[in-house]
Amino acid sequence: MIHLPSKLRRFLSTPLWATVAPYGWGLLFCLIPFLIVLKISLSELKMGLPPYGPLVEWVEEGLLVIRLHLGNYTFIGTDSLYVLSYLEALTIALISTVTCLLIGYPMAYGLAKASPSVRAPLLMLVILPFWTSFLLRAYAWIGILSPHGLLNTALIKVGLIHQPLVLLDTHFATILGIVYCYLPFMILPLYASLEKIDSSLLEAAYDLGARPFQAFWQVVVPLSLSGVISGSLLVFIPAAGEFVIPELLGGSQTFMIGKVLWNEFFTNRDWPVAAALATVLLAFLLIPLAIFQRLQERQVRLFNA
Amino acid sequence: MHRTLSLFLKIWMTLGYGFLYFPILTLVVFSFNASPQVTVWHGFSTQWYGSLLQDTVLIRSAFVSLQVAVLSATLAVVLGTLAAVSLVRFGKFRGRGLFGILTTAPLVMPEVITGLSLLLLFVGLEQTFGWPKGRGILTITCAHTTLCMAYVTILVRERLADMDLSLEEAALDLGARPLKVFTAITLPLISPSLVSGWLLAFALSLDDVVLASFVAGPGSSTLPMVIFSSIRFGITPQINALATLIITGVAMSVGIAGWLMHRRR
Repeated sequence: MIHLPSKLRRFLSTPLWATVAPYGWGLLFCLIPFLIVLKISLSELKMGLPPYGPLVEWVEEGLLVIRLHLGNYTFIGTDSLYVLSYLEALTIALISTVTCLLIGYPMAYGLAKASPSVRAPLLMLVILPFWTSFLLRAYAWIGILSPHGLLNTALIKVGLIHQPLVLLDTHFATILGIVYCYLPFMILPLYASLEKIDSSLLEAAYDLGARPFQAFWQVVVPLSLSGVISGSLLVFIPAAGEFVIPELLGGSQTFMIGKVLWNEFFTNRDWPVAAALATVLLAFLLIPLAIFQRLQERQVRLFNA
Repeated sequence: MHRTLSLFLKIWMTLGYGFLYFPILTLVVFSFNASPQVTVWHGFSTQWYGSLLQDTVLIRSAFVSLQVAVLSATLAVVLGTLAAVSLVRFGKFRGRGLFGILTTAPLVMPEVITGLSLLLLFVGLEQTFGWPKGRGILTITCAHTTLCMAYVTILVRERLADMDLSLEEAALDLGARPLKVFTAITLPLISPSLVSGWLLAFALSLDDVVLASFVAGPGSSTLPMVIFSSIRFGITPQINALATLIITGVAMSVGIAGWLMHRRR
């Protein structure tokens, strides 16, 4: 065995060698980009490429001028289109999260209670859609919900309706799409927390005379709270900024902020306003993001794969 | 009472799985439809699969996507594993809190925010340093690596947290250097999560449309970007055929990953 000088030994046992690469990556591709967004949200729209003006400028006589253009923020705050888009995005994300929880909790509970031999394949069946393209799964609903789609055709054939229902291009379709696409994100952390619960606790509750529902509500639910919170955050945070699903299923009446930001950037080419919209959205999500991070610190399980 | 509960759970799960799989099933079934109409069945045909092979735009974009997915999945596994090891095994170090945020926040961050901020970074870098010249496979790979790294970090971190420390401790007591312990003991033990992390990262990269749309340049459209622009104009059986192929590929890789994870237990 080679005997290393103690200094080198200590160097190799410090976190440095392993940490520096991912840390550097995170700083360059995660932290600095946000600072740039913040900077550009405070600059003025200009013609040309890139379409924004500088914040810091040398003026004659050796004068350094820093100009913070707050106009983008006051513009967002006073234009009701933007205010309504934020409200709509947060409301739709909230409704979708609650729906995911209501559908997902019994499924996760059933998974955790299933016998070990069927549990693995059943779990696999939840993971499979989680890995399958969001884009294609949202697309599948167009064929089902469109005026001449599967659902309307079936309902007309059965005789329940005579005119096709307007299902596509509605808020309903957007919420359905979000619930459908994000459901596995809810089930997996719920399952991870429910699976850990010691069944002897439930038995003790029964022995002490608790009825099944009471035992479930007072023993199982509190113990699975970390799963409920992390599942809800995994759905709510990305859903609040969702673009693909409202674009494909929501039609022209849905103004979720992700869609508005996209149009501001790609159609209007107004980079400063898009940057300000992103900053404000991030500000709305700061508290949920902080809770998510706190759970990460406490090593709450998300996937348990 | 017990029986009603389990009956309720059984019915609920059947409905839940039906909800998860019915739409995917419709995609697959109508990809074999003889008529271009996606909602009425006109007999069995594989013509849409044949027409996929003649779509050069689609094929070129598929190659772009595959390159990006292989590169970013590999980078993400390397960086994510290092990040997870740092988070689980190194205890507290200065800047750990920020490190945790930087490596896992992209998992939940709305894609429009990540995409916009990365594009502005690349534009700023090009202006200041002249690099990267324009945008294309390189910038998409960087964006996807950032996203996928978060998933890999969490997967590996959960596996590391489960792992028994005593093996590593024993090796250290016997005089092995930390690096040796890592390559000879830790790495083989977490290898199943590295494989499933790679496959998950590959699938995520192959699916992303938002990040890629922000950071792609002219001529570097990825497969999801091409799919997205064509389904905005409505449904076509050709996309159904493509979807069926992608879903089959994903199902196979999930199967492999699941088998690997199952075997280790």
